[in-house]
Amino acid sequence: MKINSPLEAYKFLPGTNCGECGETSCMAFASHLIDRSLKATDCTPLVSEEKYKKKYDELEALLAPEIREVVIGVGEKAVSIGGDDVLHRHKLTFFNKTAFAYDVWDTMDEKDLVERVNKIQDFKKFYVGDFLTLDMIAVRSVSDDPAKFAAAVKKVMETTEFPMVLCSFNPEVLKAGLEVAAEKRPLLYAANKDNWQDVAALAQEYNVPVTVFAPNDLDMLKSLAKTFSENGIEDVVLDPGTFPTGKGLRTTFQNFLKIRRAGINGDRDIAFPIMAVPLTAWMAHDDDVSASYWETVVASVFTIKYGDIMILHSIEPYAQLPQVHIRDTIYTDPRKPVTVDPGVYEVGSPTADSPLLVTANFALTYYTVESDLSSNGIDCYLTAIDTDGIGVEAAVAGGQLTAAKIKKGLEDAGFDMKEKLNNNVIVLPGLGARLQGDVEDETGAAVMIGPTDSGRLPGWMEQNWPPKK
Amino acid sequence: MSNKMKLSGLTDILKDLDVESLEGVTIEGDIELDISGGGGLNPAMAYALGHEAAQISLHVANIARMLGYPVDQLFAASMGGLPQVPVAGQSRIQELIPAKLDVAKMSEWATPIQEVTLGATSADGGSRKNTITLGGENALPYYFDAEMPHRNYVTMDVFDMPIGMAKSVKGNYEDVINDPAEWAKKVVRDFNADMVTIHLISTDPLINDTPAREAAKVVEDVLQAVDVPIVIGGSGNPKKDPEVLEKAAEAAEGERVLLASASLNLDYERVAKAATDHGHAVLSWTQLEINAQKELNRKLMKQCGVPRDSIVMDPTTAALGYGLDYAYTNMERIRLAGLMGDEELTFPMSSGTTNAWGARESWMKESPLNQDSDWGPREYRGPIWEIVTGLTLSLAGNDMFMMMHPTSVQVLKEITQTLYGSIEADEIDITNWVGAEV
Repeated sequence: MKINSPLEAYKFLPGTNCGECGETSCMAFASHLIDRSLKATDCTPLVSEEKYKKKYDELEALLAPEIREVVIGVGEKAVSIGGDDVLHRHKLTFFNKTAFAYDVWDTMDEKDLVERVNKIQDFKKFYVGDFLTLDMIAVRSVSDDPAKFAAAVKKVMETTEFPMVLCSFNPEVLKAGLEVAAEKRPLLYAANKDNWQDVAALAQEYNVPVTVFAPNDLDMLKSLAKTFSENGIEDVVLDPGTFPTGKGLRTTFQNFLKIRRAGINGDRDIAFPIMAVPLTAWMAHDDDVSASYWETVVASVFTIKYGDIMILHSIEPYAQLPQVHIRDTIYTDPRKPVTVDPGVYEVGSPTADSPLLVTANFALTYYTVESDLSSNGIDCYLTAIDTDGIGVEAAVAGGQLTAAKIKKGLEDAGFDMKEKLNNNVIVLPGLGARLQGDVEDETGAAVMIGPTDSGRLPGWMEQNWPPKK
Repeated sequence: MSNKMKLSGLTDILKDLDVESLEGVTIEGDIELDISGGGGLNPAMAYALGHEAAQISLHVANIARMLGYPVDQLFAASMGGLPQVPVAGQSRIQELIPAKLDVAKMSEWATPIQEVTLGATSADGGSRKNTITLGGENALPYYFDAEMPHRNYVTMDVFDMPIGMAKSVKGNYEDVINDPAEWAKKVVRDFNADMVTIHLISTDPLINDTPAREAAKVVEDVLQAVDVPIVIGGSGNPKKDPEVLEKAAEAAEGERVLLASASLNLDYERVAKAATDHGHAVLSWTQLEINAQKELNRKLMKQCGVPRDSIVMDPTTAALGYGLDYAYTNMERIRLAGLMGDEELTFPMSSGTTNAWGARESWMKESPLNQDSDWGPREYRGPIWEIVTGLTLSLAGNDMFMMMHPTSVQVLKEITQTLYGSIEADEIDITNWVGAEV
């Protein structure tokens, strides 16, 4: 983005404060353009009225992200990558989380291939109100046989709507895949220094995004990207090579930094999404656990530092769970609130015989506890104490979760225990056990100590609730 | 000898095959190919012959194509080269545009991070075999802007009493769980710990209320048992910790330990004084808040007179999935501010990476939510949770890691030292990774 203040964007808006966008003023709309929560196309007059056309075009050019955005696939499962404007997430946020493509190969048995694709597309992990999932399938040509490759691509398409990466350095093989799958807008992998003319021709003919691959040769990588984009191939992904070990990995890391810094700083010829291939870890390790571990480590490094899409091999849960979580960690918008409003919330349909639980108002803590309770059908009152957005364990250690805070939290919420409950019991989180005596003194309630992890609340309830008289 | 072949003859042969689509095809010209055997073929003649042969093959290929034979694949295969992919309506790109990638170094990273040395050898009045220096960076970690002067270090946790641990962690310590000195020996000898942290948690009045003086004896035992630099941690009880750390600092006189920790919610002056009186460094601990970190560092320096070379920061580590985004960005902001000249933040950092074991994904047998995909075996999930938590913070600038699981320590060291540049490995040829049998 070439501008960074709402005033600069405002100049290009109608200035009529018509409110069609839902904002109260054009200035308010402008500030949303700058934080990228709204787009210029959300201003109806700007888009539809001829007299604003020039301003609209100028504004779009100014607002375009520094790193090109590339769309792979079609329909609901289409994946956007790139589109970033900053080098550090706290400067704004990172956009378009790293796309994870897991591989299949054309020498697999059909049954194994289908089973693997299904595992990949069915993976899900509940997290803060939503599911973390995977994105893509990379089809590798191991046979180098166009017919075999086309058959594998066809089978993948029959099994999933996930977008694909078609992987081969042989243009004939890629062409065979495209003949089957071009309408699904797969990503081509890859043009290198030897085959680039043929692969460029395929990208043009079938109008699909394409990866350029120049292992540890940034000049060649830029040369390929520049040549492609100047010939009308705008949807380019950069693969500078992922060397999985030793000095090679260190160099790979620094290559990613160089590409992204140059791109954000305005070198348009290299301002494309970057691909990492942690799968190469499998070329350096013999046993599956070591390879999965190292692949996950490499994937984490390049999720944190500038990988926009990556090709992975291990589908073990102990690899995929940390991968989806580190990606969420890095791509979570840091501008979103850290806390939930303090107060007493009803989970399910609590009655006077339901428990009153206490937790912190750190959003992650609160939503974790809340989902553990609601998904297990536990009716209760859940109190979010104002711990300044700090989790239970740290808040107990740091003095943000105290007996006085708990008393005040209930009072501020207007929650009268005598009136609302038959039991006069407060259930403290296990990590706040040391507060038990203080809370009893402060509130006059009986205090029970819950489990240290809210995932164990269902079992705890079975054993401890209702409390024995 | 000499062979003579006329194309018209060829066409006749093909005609004999009675292929309908060939009817009406005439090949113009009467191409005659005369290949002489023996020597005496001059280059000009060879070229002319080659030209003739190519012309013939072109015609024949055209015929074959009409017959439906995949001529191009045959050519591609026989020549071993790359086929020409025909593109309708577009001309192939002829030349690569040359380019050079130039990237400027970060000029605003002009302030180095303070170096802090832990441990003292006999030359400095201590009994450690070696010292460890943290900090000194002039750039974000592993960046090309400036070499990182020191690698990352791992200090492994030892407790002064048995504590609850995840199953896969506990399995490594069952034989030493009642003996902190043996525990310390084990992590250095077997698990390659660079340092040892002795946590005096039994001193908490709500646990065992072990007297400070007694706890100090445990510190002496650990210093006897191992010769690496050590960190001394209290119980986290804000009332008791200053006294515990005073006595421990006294017991460790001369060894230049790191006292963990001073914080805004306890009497940090006493902790700071314990450190300065006995020549130790102090850990400045705050909770995910950059301004609080500045405030505490300022107080330690200005109000308590702690020298700059004796402050390490712990801005708090939250586990992967449980606030690591805040911890990562908080550390990254602290490090960037330091490099850009904020003198209240130019200190090395330490991470309580062990906190990763608080994440249910690291220890729970299976997901408590039945909608989740299978979580797989927890003995593999736990260590990688600790590794990724630590690795993430290493990229934000963290220097020292407090850790628990031996596998986590080994892999974290491997990746941080790989990025640092001290791990040699055979280069893997990735040019054709696509076809790799993995």
